[in-house]
Amino acid sequence: MTATTSHSDERLKKVSTMTALLRRPELGAVAGLVLVSIFFFFTANPAMFTLAGIMNFMAPAAQLGILATGAALLMIGGEFDLSIGSMVAFAGLVFGTALVVWHVPLSVAILVAVAFAVFIGVTNAQITIRTGLPSFIVTLAFLFILRGLTLVGLKWASGGSTQLRGMKEAVAGSPLAPFFSGDAFSGLFSWLASKGIIDAFPSGAPKVPGIPVEILWFIAIALLATWVLLRTRFGNWIFAAGGDPRAARKSAVPVARVKTTLFVITALCATLVAILTVLDAGSTDARRGFQKEFEAIIAAVIGGCLLTGGYGSAIGAFFGSIVFGMVLIGLTYTSIDQDWYLVFLGGMLLVAVIFNNVIRKRVTGER
Amino acid sequence: MATSQTPLIEVKDIVKHFGSVIALNGVSMSVNANEVLCLLGDNGAGKSTLINTLAGVHKPTSGQFLVEGQPRLFSGPRDALDAGIATVYQDLAMIPLMSVTRNFFMGREPVVGFGPFKRMDMEHADNITRDEMHRIGIDVRDPQQAVGTLSGGERQCVAIARAVYFGAKVLILDEPTSALGVAQTSMVLKYIGQVRNKGLGVIFITHNVRHAYAVGDRFTVLNRGKTLGTYRKDQIGIDELQNLMAGGKELQSLSEELGGTI
Repeated sequence: MTATTSHSDERLKKVSTMTALLRRPELGAVAGLVLVSIFFFFTANPAMFTLAGIMNFMAPAAQLGILATGAALLMIGGEFDLSIGSMVAFAGLVFGTALVVWHVPLSVAILVAVAFAVFIGVTNAQITIRTGLPSFIVTLAFLFILRGLTLVGLKWASGGSTQLRGMKEAVAGSPLAPFFSGDAFSGLFSWLASKGIIDAFPSGAPKVPGIPVEILWFIAIALLATWVLLRTRFGNWIFAAGGDPRAARKSAVPVARVKTTLFVITALCATLVAILTVLDAGSTDARRGFQKEFEAIIAAVIGGCLLTGGYGSAIGAFFGSIVFGMVLIGLTYTSIDQDWYLVFLGGMLLVAVIFNNVIRKRVTGER
Repeated sequence: MATSQTPLIEVKDIVKHFGSVIALNGVSMSVNANEVLCLLGDNGAGKSTLINTLAGVHKPTSGQFLVEGQPRLFSGPRDALDAGIATVYQDLAMIPLMSVTRNFFMGREPVVGFGPFKRMDMEHADNITRDEMHRIGIDVRDPQQAVGTLSGGERQCVAIARAVYFGAKVLILDEPTSALGVAQTSMVLKYIGQVRNKGLGVIFITHNVRHAYAVGDRFTVLNRGKTLGTYRKDQIGIDELQNLMAGGKELQSLSEELGGTI
C-alpha cells in the first residue's frame, strides 16, 4: 500500500455510475435475464411470451427459485447445503406419509413436515459448526442419507413401491389446500377473460385460469428474503457470519445461531417445495428434487452469490431462477434440441463465477 | 503523574498459566484517563496474553484486576465491553466485503419498528458513520462503499472510531501500526492522540519504539512474562527504551554493528 489519503481521494473520485451499478450483486442475473429474453424473443415461437407461456416457464422457475432463495441466504452466510434436493424428496415422503398413511389433516401434515425440516436443518448446522468441517462435505453426506431414507421410507409406507399416491384425495376440502395447490385469483382471471383483456377459450373460460400458487410463494419469499438481508439486523449478521466469522464473533454477532437458522431456512424452503409439488402431482416418489441442490446453487451464483460467502443477493437468485425456467421451457418453443439445456447450465455457471470474481475485486478494491 | 486519580484499569502481579506454560509471571500496569500507555515488548514477551486478559478473553491465574478501583473478574469479552474496555485487534474485526456502515454497526445495529417489522435503521446508521468518519478526517463519500476500498490506515481509524463511538473508556490497540506505511502510520498515531484528548485511556501495544514514543505518555516494558518497569516520557529516552525492550546489551551491540539503524 503506497497510496496516501490525499491521493486515493482523487483516484476514487473516478467511481462512475457504471462502477456503482457493477457493485450491485444482482447485476449479473439481470443482465443474464435480459440476454436470454432477447435470445428467445428472436428464436422462439411468440406463444412463449403470451400470458400462458409466461406461466409455463415461471412455474419451474418458482419451484427452483424457492430453493435458490434459501440456498442464496445460506451461501451469503458462508455455508453450502448439498442436501436440498434430497431434502425435497425426504420432506415429500414425510408429508405424504402423514397424509395418506397416518391420515392426519393437512395442517398437521404440514407441521410434521416442518418439524422434520427443522430437525434436519439443525442437524446439518450442528455437525458443521461443532466439527468445523466444510458444510460441503457434511451436507454431501446428507444428500445420500436423505435420499436413501426416502427410498427405504417409501417402500415401508407404500408396501414395497417407490411411489406414494393419494394426496389429492386426502386434502380435498381442506381450507388450507388452496394456499398450497392450484391457482390463485381465478375469479379475477375469469373476469378479465370475460372482458376480453386476457385470452379465453371459445367457452369463455380463461386460457390461464389463475396464477399458480407456487409463483406467489416464490415472489413473496424472494421479497421477504431481500428485505431481511438488506434491511434487518439479522441480515447484517448473515453478511458478517459469511464474510468473516471470526471478525463477526468478536463483534458479538451470534455466528453459530445465524448459521443454524440459515440451515433451517434452507430445509424449510425444500419442505415448502415438497408440499407444493406433492399436492400438485398428488403423489411423491424417490426421485423428487433430484439434482435440485446443484441447480439452486447455480441460480444463487448467477444471482451474484460468492462461493466464499459474505456477498450476494436474494433478489439475484430470484432472477437467476427465472433465467433457468426460461431456458428450460423456452427451448421447447424453438427448433433447438432441448438437451442443450445442460450445456447452457454449465456455461452459465462458468460465466457467472468468473463475472462474480471480477465484481468482488471491484467491490473490495483488490488489485 | 496522575497519582491522585484512580486508574481506569490497574493490574497487579497478574499471573497466567496455560497448562505448564507460564505466559505471564507477575505483570503490573495501569492506565489513567487522558493518557496513552504504551505496552512494549518483543515477540513472546506476553503482550498478547496480557491484552487478552484485559479484554476478558482469558481469566488470570492469580493477581489483582481493578477497574476504576473496583476488583473485577470478567467472564468473557462481552463483560469487558460492558465495563467500557474495548479492544481493537490486529485483524480489526472488519469485513472487507461489507460496507463501512455495516461494519461500523456490526453486532450493534440500530433498529426501529416493532415485532416482525423491526428493521435496521439504515439511514441513521449511514449518517452517524459519515459524521464519525468526517470527524477523524476520512472523507467517506458513500458510507455504503465496501471497507475493502479503504486503505489500511483508514480501516484502522474506522475500527478505533467504532470503539470510541460505542462508549469505550479504555481502548486497547493491538499493534495498530505494524502493517502500515509511513503516511498511514502518522494518520493513525495522530488519531490515537485525538482519542486521548477526548479523555479516554489508551493502551497502545507495539514493538516499535518510535511509534510508541510519538504518542505515548508512559511506557511499560514487558519481557518474558514480567514487567521490567514503567517510565514516564520525561524519565526515559527513546534509545534507552529500545534497549530495555530488547533485553539489553545484545541488541545494543548488534545495533552498533548495523550503524545504529534499528
